Amino acid sequence: MHILVVGGGMGGTILANNLARRLSGELEQGSSKITMLSASDKHMYQPGLLYVAVGKMSTSELYRDQKSLLEPSIDFHVDPVEKFDLDNNSVTTKSGKKISYDIICIATGSRGNAAGIPGLAENACQFYTEADALAMYKKLQKFEGGKVVVATGVPHKCPMSPLEITFFLIDYFKKRGIWDKVDLHYTYPIGRVHSLEPVAKWAAPEFDKEGVTYETLFNMKEVVPGKVISEEDSSAEFDLLVTVPPHKGMQVIEDNELGKGGFIPTDKKKLNMEGRDNVFVLGDTTNLPISKAGSTAHFEAEALGENIAAMVQQGEPVRDYDGKVFCFIEAGDGKATYAMFDYNNPPNPQAPTSGLHWFKTAYNRMYWASARGII
Amino acid sequence: MSDRILVDAKNTFCPGPLMELISNMKMAEVGDELELLSTDEGSAADIPEWVNKVGHEIVDSFTEEEVLHIVVKKIK
Repeated sequence: MHILVVGGGMGGTILANNLARRLSGELEQGSSKITMLSASDKHMYQPGLLYVAVGKMSTSELYRDQKSLLEPSIDFHVDPVEKFDLDNNSVTTKSGKKISYDIICIATGSRGNAAGIPGLAENACQFYTEADALAMYKKLQKFEGGKVVVATGVPHKCPMSPLEITFFLIDYFKKRGIWDKVDLHYTYPIGRVHSLEPVAKWAAPEFDKEGVTYETLFNMKEVVPGKVISEEDSSAEFDLLVTVPPHKGMQVIEDNELGKGGFIPTDKKKLNMEGRDNVFVLGDTTNLPISKAGSTAHFEAEALGENIAAMVQQGEPVRDYDGKVFCFIEAGDGKATYAMFDYNNPPNPQAPTSGLHWFKTAYNRMYWASARGII
Repeated sequence: MSDRILVDAKNTFCPGPLMELISNMKMAEVGDELELLSTDEGSAADIPEWVNKVGHEIVDSFTEEEVLHIVVKKIK
């Protein structure tokens, strides 16, 4: 049985390692094989970009060699897929190789798409790539006060990031001693300051306490120098615009017409691509109405690892993905909290504590063990 | 008639039904109808509020087996 994992991000890496351990006997005997195809020989800890943007982490802390994170039994190649031929169970890579599989797992992720809103890329700071996070930090260092607007596109990766960057900006400006020269205005696409109602109920009074103003039902339509205009016919003037940009799936998914916007239609429990039993999808690549977050990919990978191993060993999957998501929420002032929920249980976040902030800080370094499947 | 696109946001908390509707609305064509399924109690109020504010059109709204169905037509 040949299992092909496309994508070497968090979901693909955890899944491949999980499978390699569960199928160690089959891999040793040669009756099964796991191949991973990735676009890079480096693995980035993407949540660290938020910290880089405000000078709390250096870029050197974000990377490890991908091969060093993988079980040695995984056949790893830096050779991204360019063409999916799902009807014939094969892919063609950038180097021109045609690779056949019995089971394919697509975990190519998502990307910021600031270009989808006229003027956004030219006028806003963002932090979803290394270059953008570094550019944002440089811009912050030169900022001496004025109107700062945080504006969020839909859909976006990491649902906590609009709040986290806002609280980090408050910390940053206070630390530099210019908070009294800053008017910070937060906007959000739906009718409260966060999609999770209990989180919104906690965050809004925190904004009030800090003097942060906010406007909800604000979806960016266009940005011109100094002003962001919403689809709801509102606008906000800025000296500095910080955006969580709208996201799309990867170009290769769009080019192969696997799903609108680059997001593949996926069964919410079995995680197979709709209509196909040997094609599985995880992480940001799915079109599921759940958080685009590393923890989502992590828990999906664990469910899929168990199921695909069972398919190899017993002929059929054994469990459903329950929709589990766990997100830390950096709350500024050295504190953090978290939200945990699944398809049946809503989140019930607790008051932020310094202990949870330090746990999150430790996790930023323990992530590599998580990717290896050790924790 | 344009396609009707099903947006199944039942039993989801984050990003939630309205954010799902906005995401799918952005990918839809003018004239498309989107049928949103929601079990969120707030959807009956916040979906029409956003739809009316932006200028789209509520085509239908009903509850079936405790699931709210709201059909929205993309106008612009």
